[in-house]
Amino acid sequence: MQRRNILSVIVMHGVLIIVALIMIVPFVWMVLTSFKTVGESVQLDPFVFFPSEIRMEAFTRVFTTNNFLNLYKNTLLMIAFRILCAVITASMAGFAFGRLHFRGSDIAFSLVLIQMMIPPQIFIIPQYQMISRMGMTNTIFALVFPGLVTAFGTFLMRQAYKMLPKDLEEAAKLDGLNIGKTFLLILAPLTKSSLIALSVFTAVFAYKDLMWPMIVNPSKDALVLASALAKMKGQYVSNYPELMAASLIACVPMIILYFIFQKQFIEGIATSGGKL
Amino acid sequence: MKNRSLRSAMTTNTFLWGWALILPTVIGLLVLNIIPLIATIYQSFHKTGDFGKGNIFIGLKNFQKLFSDDAVLQSIINTIKYTIAQVPFSVIIALILAVMLNKKIRGRSIYRTIYFMPMVVAPAAIAMVWRWLYNSEFGLINNLFNLNVNWISNPSIAVFSIAIIGIWSDIGYNMILFLAGLQEVPKDYYEAADLDGASAVQSFVHITVPMISPILFFVIVTRMIAAMQVFDTIFMVMERSNPALYKTQSLVFLFYQSSFVERDLGYGSTIVVVLLMIIMFITALQMIAQKKWVHYN
Repeated sequence: MQRRNILSVIVMHGVLIIVALIMIVPFVWMVLTSFKTVGESVQLDPFVFFPSEIRMEAFTRVFTTNNFLNLYKNTLLMIAFRILCAVITASMAGFAFGRLHFRGSDIAFSLVLIQMMIPPQIFIIPQYQMISRMGMTNTIFALVFPGLVTAFGTFLMRQAYKMLPKDLEEAAKLDGLNIGKTFLLILAPLTKSSLIALSVFTAVFAYKDLMWPMIVNPSKDALVLASALAKMKGQYVSNYPELMAASLIACVPMIILYFIFQKQFIEGIATSGGKL
Repeated sequence: MKNRSLRSAMTTNTFLWGWALILPTVIGLLVLNIIPLIATIYQSFHKTGDFGKGNIFIGLKNFQKLFSDDAVLQSIINTIKYTIAQVPFSVIIALILAVMLNKKIRGRSIYRTIYFMPMVVAPAAIAMVWRWLYNSEFGLINNLFNLNVNWISNPSIAVFSIAIIGIWSDIGYNMILFLAGLQEVPKDYYEAADLDGASAVQSFVHITVPMISPILFFVIVTRMIAAMQVFDTIFMVMERSNPALYKTQSLVFLFYQSSFVERDLGYGSTIVVVLLMIIMFITALQMIAQKKWVHYN
């Protein structure tokens, strides 16, 4: 019995390690390639696994020719404004839907459910036409536009407010607080963990999105990391050290954040309801 | 009497506060989602004039064109092939890994961290790396295993190579959801099964699967909906000149192509309306089928 247990633990670790390797190898290969010369990257007989020395040339070239600082800035602003909008509008609506009983709230909430059920590509053409008619293409506003309000975030925050204890409002009323103050001073601070989850989800979602930035912000100065990678794909056709360096520069900040805030990331993304 | 007017004043008060708080979201959803939904359906019955101006009503012509357009029909097949390959594997592998990690095993959190990592990387970057791994001449995969496979330029396998990227990306995410479900299953169920001499496989089939069937159902439905919308990996991996493009491009890829490259917004709308109908149809089928295998307690 004991031996069987040890054997099964070994087999399990074997499987888990093999899968872990499969998950890691693409990242390792990205790093290794980015330090190689183009010659090394396409050398066969013998096939080269490791770069002969750590070269930063691909990084410096990619970094300067593509103005990565600007790409970081655009991406960061898009993420920051989307989080701000999501946190404010979803908290307000989430509180109202979760704690207040008022006429019309059911119909209004059905809008949230409709949005969540429909594939987002349906909205893209008219959203693009609006941005285009406003003359707002190639702006940060265009990047934030579809995220000004969030159906999913509203849903998430409604759940969060629903789960808070019932007697909080009674206590607030005894203290003479009106509904607005009860919301802001008593209830909102208690939804911190859901707000963190919402922020993480919003950030990762915005950062990963490719189609919308490509459509509304095609000009060179208005690109974000994802859409810049799409453009470089055509530029560097087969200069893989530079393509890998660019990919690495694009994904390192998020990976570092992930390692620091693992718990929040996993919870935040896990609550995203399959939207990622 | 006084009491009643007080109550009605309170109701009015709540009504005003409620609507004031939901107003930004309601207006936003109307402008950003509900009106666009109607506009897209409206445009699918129209032809986009030159320079994107002047819609001309053409009835069902776009839909007729679509259903006799070989590229669209092929893209529907491609999308279904991708979904059939991507969803079952990413779900089954994730479930097996979740069951293993649910045991008291060393390094749990390290494994979890590693498996989940693709979730925080932009698909654009992931696709770029896989394109390099798949490279037929200088790619790691062919050289490591001494193969000579044209992973992404052979029309009969390219769509599955794309699906592998999707499986690789989703395993960690699905696994996290399953782990959350598995932690709810009472441990004494397994102990009882153990006493009755049930094997690991038997307790998996008769305890684990029924107990987590609601989560399993949720994951399968959401992953299928997501798979039907595949775009990023195909867009990043497949070159315009790739001979396998025709047999890999998805419905959303064609939607992007028609709407924003060829600028035919009417036809693009039609494609995306068809996508909506296909997704709703599949979701409805699953809602019916779930009665047979999903157990809510």
